[in-house]
Amino acid sequence: MNDRIAQKAPAEPSRRDILYIATGAAAVVAAGGMVWPLISQMNPDASTRALASTEVDLSAIPLGQIVTVKWRGKPVFIRHRTPEEIKAAEDVPLAELPDPEPDSKRVQKPEWLVIVGVCTHLGCIPTGKAGEFDGWFCPCHGSTYDLSGRIRSGPAPSNLEVPQYAFLSDTKIKIG
Amino acid sequence: MSGHSQYTPKSGFARWLERRLPIISFMYDAFVAYPTPKNLNYLWTFGAILSFMLVAQIVTGVVLAMHYTAETTLAFDSVEKIMRDVNWGWALRYAHANGASMFFLAVYIHIFRGMYYGSYKEPREVLWILGVIIFMVMMATGFLGYVLPWGQMSFWAATVITNLFTAIPVVGPSITTWLLGGYSVDNPTLNRFFALHYLLPFIIVAVVALHVWALHVTGQNNPTGVEVKNVKKDTVPFTPYATLKDGFAIGAFVVLYAWMTFFVPNYLGHPDNYIEANPLVTPPHIVPEWYFLPFYAILRAIPNKLLGVIALFLSILIAAALPWLDRSPVKSGSYRPLFRKFYWVFVAVCIGLGYLGAQPAEGVYLWLARLFAFYYFLHYVVILPLLAKFEKPEPLPDSIDAAVATGEVSHV
Repeated sequence: MNDRIAQKAPAEPSRRDILYIATGAAAVVAAGGMVWPLISQMNPDASTRALASTEVDLSAIPLGQIVTVKWRGKPVFIRHRTPEEIKAAEDVPLAELPDPEPDSKRVQKPEWLVIVGVCTHLGCIPTGKAGEFDGWFCPCHGSTYDLSGRIRSGPAPSNLEVPQYAFLSDTKIKIG
Repeated sequence: MSGHSQYTPKSGFARWLERRLPIISFMYDAFVAYPTPKNLNYLWTFGAILSFMLVAQIVTGVVLAMHYTAETTLAFDSVEKIMRDVNWGWALRYAHANGASMFFLAVYIHIFRGMYYGSYKEPREVLWILGVIIFMVMMATGFLGYVLPWGQMSFWAATVITNLFTAIPVVGPSITTWLLGGYSVDNPTLNRFFALHYLLPFIIVAVVALHVWALHVTGQNNPTGVEVKNVKKDTVPFTPYATLKDGFAIGAFVVLYAWMTFFVPNYLGHPDNYIEANPLVTPPHIVPEWYFLPFYAILRAIPNKLLGVIALFLSILIAAALPWLDRSPVKSGSYRPLFRKFYWVFVAVCIGLGYLGAQPAEGVYLWLARLFAFYYFLHYVVILPLLAKFEKPEPLPDSIDAAVATGEVSHV
């Protein structure tokens, strides 16, 4: 009996097979299209994206001070570095660094260090002018960062992030 | 264990309903006639205690949700309003917060009982895996709920845990932004955490139903680990025997629960959670709730972010592989002299990890955590498989009935 069925069935894909596959494919595309809004709604909404950049006036930050500004709900540290601090940051041999990056790559003007103040380990806020290198120290799990915000010791895997920013004038920057 | 129902509807209405929806016979078979091994000790009452706690958490949680506001500027104050203004609000909130602790206490006893008596072994593998799934959903629910009061610890717990996902190569940061609904933990995060904290307990109810279903197909394990051979001799009906015993155990458990709720409601909490969330200041020492401490210790023990996260998830998931890691044909630890010793070392290591998770991650604590985390996995992947090969188990009783008759008692 099986032989007879096999004989009757057309050798190559029948019209029915093509209909099945086409219907299945259409259903997959439609399901994907319906699921996408459900996934996408979780991404930052328009109001969150609208606040994604911040302008900061640097003229009020005295030499040697760190100012924290809030950007995208996170702190950004702006450090007005002294010439000695700049020199110390520039003189570190790259071979000593777990995440090697020269200081010049991390600043646009050497006296202004702008970094996201979120520890790259698990997201705590490091305290400024603390730790072995007088940069930052994260109290949660003991990561130390240097005067360029580069990771020097502890569990954090990478340097403190440098956000995208631009100098609008000599004393004004726009972060984001 | 399941067979033809012994239930015969007596009233006209019951007969009418039975033909259309046999729910009464289903309940009768599951909770009255269900044959229960007659040698169960009090460790077997934690299933019932857990059912009670699940209902208690859902009831207190639903009413708290009627007073809580999931909005970052109002959340902290709405919780304080519950404590001060809402009639009995303080009692309901403390019952819910401490209920989470009691729930986890009971689930840990339930899990370790299963580990000692080999409740994960053939034919209960699916039952066990469903239990691991319930435990993971419980952990997610507990974490999401902890974030809602919007205190300092809540906020930073959310930040740290969601930052775990940044460890994923390449797509990690995008996934984290997607999970948070922003660039940091903020109002969208609080909103979705509240929605999910309300949803997940009902998912737990559904998986618990499957867990109980699987239990009723295979029948309960028991302290001898010997399967039921003769239903008449080895078992007693669930009602009244297990019902009353479970009822008594729930009563005793509720005494502890009530004592915690009314006399030391903040004992397991953290004072920092009475400070409103501040995204610009981290508490110097972030600690999770006590029931997450062993896993937190494993996370911190590994000096690599991605590997630490993997170890954290593996430390929970590996339990699902237990039926295949422990190959010994003998179920109960009571008849396995070597297993018994290693079991208690494992329990001590888990408690040790819990202690270390609460300590600062530095110096000797960190080294001990590494040692304990290493042993934790060693127990699963090396010790258990080897034990099955080298251990000579003690002779098993012929049946549950024989064990009871000779007065054999378990080692617990």
